[in-house]
Amino acid sequence: MSWFTKTFTSSIGRKIIMSITGLFLCSFLVIHLVGNLQLFKHDNGAAFNIYSHFMGTNPIIRTIEWVLVLGFGFHIYEAIALTGKNKKARGTGYVVNHSEQNSEWTSRNMGLLGTVILVFLIVHLYNFFWRARFGELDPDINNNDDLYTLVVSSFQQWWYVALYVLAQVSLGYHLWHGFRSAFQTLGLNHRKYTPVIKAVGYGFAVIVSATFAAMPLYFFLGLDKIQ
Amino acid sequence: MAGSNPNAKPMNLTLNVWRQPNRDAQGQIVEYKVKDISPDMSFLEMLDVLNEDLLHQGQDPVAFDHDCREGICGSCDLFINGRSHGPEKGTTTCQLHMRKFSDGDTITIEPWRAHAFPVNKDLSVDRSAFDRIIQAGGYVNVNTGGAPDGNEIPIPKDIADRAFEAATCIGCGACVAACKNASAMLFVSAKVSQLALLPQGQVERKTRVENMVAQMDIEGFGACTNIGSCAAECPVGISLENIAMLNREFLAAKATSNNLA
Repeated sequence: MSWFTKTFTSSIGRKIIMSITGLFLCSFLVIHLVGNLQLFKHDNGAAFNIYSHFMGTNPIIRTIEWVLVLGFGFHIYEAIALTGKNKKARGTGYVVNHSEQNSEWTSRNMGLLGTVILVFLIVHLYNFFWRARFGELDPDINNNDDLYTLVVSSFQQWWYVALYVLAQVSLGYHLWHGFRSAFQTLGLNHRKYTPVIKAVGYGFAVIVSATFAAMPLYFFLGLDKIQ
Repeated sequence: MAGSNPNAKPMNLTLNVWRQPNRDAQGQIVEYKVKDISPDMSFLEMLDVLNEDLLHQGQDPVAFDHDCREGICGSCDLFINGRSHGPEKGTTTCQLHMRKFSDGDTITIEPWRAHAFPVNKDLSVDRSAFDRIIQAGGYVNVNTGGAPDGNEIPIPKDIADRAFEAATCIGCGACVAACKNASAMLFVSAKVSQLALLPQGQVERKTRVENMVAQMDIEGFGACTNIGSCAAECPVGISLENIAMLNREFLAAKATSNNLA
């Protein structure tokens, strides 16, 4: 093995890949969240459809899309590789283990939270991304694909809304640990800045997950019809 | 300091102890009763009482690791009621006193659990994996000759203090035992930080961290997920800042060392 493969297959190297891809996915969340805020505009989805048309056709976005696929791919692959290694490292478990007395639940359950997010991601991609890219959507008044109507109709189904809210709660807890954890893994721990990083991470986790969760609830509760 | 308390009432306890005849055998929890335990006894003295009883009954005493019984050597290693070194913060098992328990309590005692720490017998585990990590790079080379003057190399006070804090690691393995991933990162980070901070550690700085991390992986310890239970359970309070420093040292060494292999 070359020094390069040795570095990124070592336990610290894999963690560094986890943290870099994790922070990259955080930047994706910001873009996705800001764009989707157009769902709240009272224009029957005209702005949202222009935006989704742009995202689906712009060559720069389409290129970065592949970087995003790689980001998700590496994050998930390394998570599986590390979980396997870590489970093997314990071997026989304890009869009595009170880990809740020395650590946070969310820190110990990143794999579980990530799995919920992955299930959501598959459903989410199939329903919106796949249909918008490869399906036949009716045109809206500006002759853009009417993704907005699909979003509104999807969010009338209670189980679909429930899945979204559950996934966003999981995402919130995932980020609660993940954001500050990424900086620690990169070695960025300093008594001046770590308290700031932690505070920003907790704020980021709550704001991102709550705003995403507000979108399905907004349509399910019929708030879009209030003038 | 509180001395022995003449009013402290002796305690009767139920012990659930992990018994395992040897490395390859199946182990199991066995229940024992101990009577008239003084609250002033240490946890290990309580186990001495149990073993006296077992010897008198012609049974095999419980094997457990211990040496100095002063909280310095890092030999004692019991997982007590689901916690490394028991419920008391910042304490080794030998410094844990029975006054932290109550009459009638049931106490579960297990060995450290890690693939890299095989159980020798009962509660005694083989921690030579730590020794091999140290052998891989946790040392400095010192020239022979006359003893150098103690203050010949100036070291700023805050650097010396940080190195000393890292050096307080006694290598007991409580971090591995408490970690969900059985990761040895806190131990390795303490050893790497201590030497990386000091001028004497600069010569081997890059190869040290590369070799010690490689050995850590070979031994089969898990990867750190920044849970923090290691630092919470560490009897000498080694902090997570050391793990961040280890990550920095590792990345910097890999990026700049001359080792192509």
